[in-house]
Amino acid sequence: MTYLRLFITFFKIGLISFGGGYAMIPIIEDAIVKNGWLTPADFYNIIAVSETTPGPIAVNSATFVGYRVAGFFGGISATIGIAMPSLIIIILISTYLFKYKDSKVVENIFGWLRPVITGLIIVAGFHVAKTSLINEGAEMSIPFNISSVFNIKGLIIFGLTAIMLGKTKIHPILAIVGSGILGVILFGFF
Amino acid sequence: MTDEKNRFEFLFEMFMTFFKIGMFTFGGGYAMIPLMEEEIIHKKEWMKKEDIMDLFAVSETVPGSIAINTSTFIGYSLAGGVGAITAMVGVVLPSFLIITAIAAFFGAISGNHMVDAAFLGIRCAVVALIWKSAGGFFKSSIKEKKDIVLLISTVLILLFTSIHPVIVMAIAALLSVLTFKLKSGDSV
Repeated sequence: MTYLRLFITFFKIGLISFGGGYAMIPIIEDAIVKNGWLTPADFYNIIAVSETTPGPIAVNSATFVGYRVAGFFGGISATIGIAMPSLIIIILISTYLFKYKDSKVVENIFGWLRPVITGLIIVAGFHVAKTSLINEGAEMSIPFNISSVFNIKGLIIFGLTAIMLGKTKIHPILAIVGSGILGVILFGFF
Repeated sequence: MTDEKNRFEFLFEMFMTFFKIGMFTFGGGYAMIPLMEEEIIHKKEWMKKEDIMDLFAVSETVPGSIAINTSTFIGYSLAGGVGAITAMVGVVLPSFLIITAIAAFFGAISGNHMVDAAFLGIRCAVVALIWKSAGGFFKSSIKEKKDIVLLISTVLILLFTSIHPVIVMAIAALLSVLTFKLKSGDSV
């Protein structure tokens, strides 16, 4: 019964949340409180783990909540629940999308959406920067003090990665592994 | 017989590719773009940059996780319904396994100083990775003046207001249809 309730709850969340994993967090919190599944403090820990571990935040938090509420199969129920609406919606849309993809109107719409998507990606970079390159609670002051606003060690890792990406054909995975090691050295030991 | 075998091999290759992408995506759906570019556009040459951008645009406008949506879309366009399921399971599975292991054995991974340090380092690099992808997308999406206006307005609106990205996309789509109607009305 709990499995079914987890499935239905996360299916609903997958169905109504627009804008990806981050947009889901308040909706998941709401559902958890309503069902009395976890305490808010527990939930924030789960979100912190979901944000740092690899993979989509939506899947991470669904799996984690499901596991905490009802063990291994609870994790499976919640994960399938959150992914299922995407699968159904996308298979439905694809049928139409690929049919009308070459129509002039649709082509024109995508021509307008591509610059918007580029903008969204730039902004996504800013959001990640806020949790890594910029110090928590930093405020702009005069005289401008660079080390109080920016995380200098973070800037070093960012700069090195940017140079490597610009000068070499380094694989993103290698950049991620390398920066993890640099992170341990710079933030862990110093 | 061989067709059957080739199809299975292709699906398996696709599964492994998305598994790899899911495994190394840190920091939400957008962080997946550099990996998808490298694996799907450059290495496997399954799709072109414009195609992925369009699927990404649609993924953004429908509900659900952007990472799952994009993977499912790519899977569908490469190998139909079975492809959609294969890509989705591939991208979801690493998360599921890692989180289940954490929930079962460690309780909470954050709080460990060294693990936090590694993740902080990774996030710094992810900023560079995301912006590099944005640079590539810039080149293939900015063709005329209106494109640069669209890009700058999007960035400003999202950084300084609380307007939802889906609204921005809906307005852009609406404007495109309106101007298209006007233009084609003129030429007739």
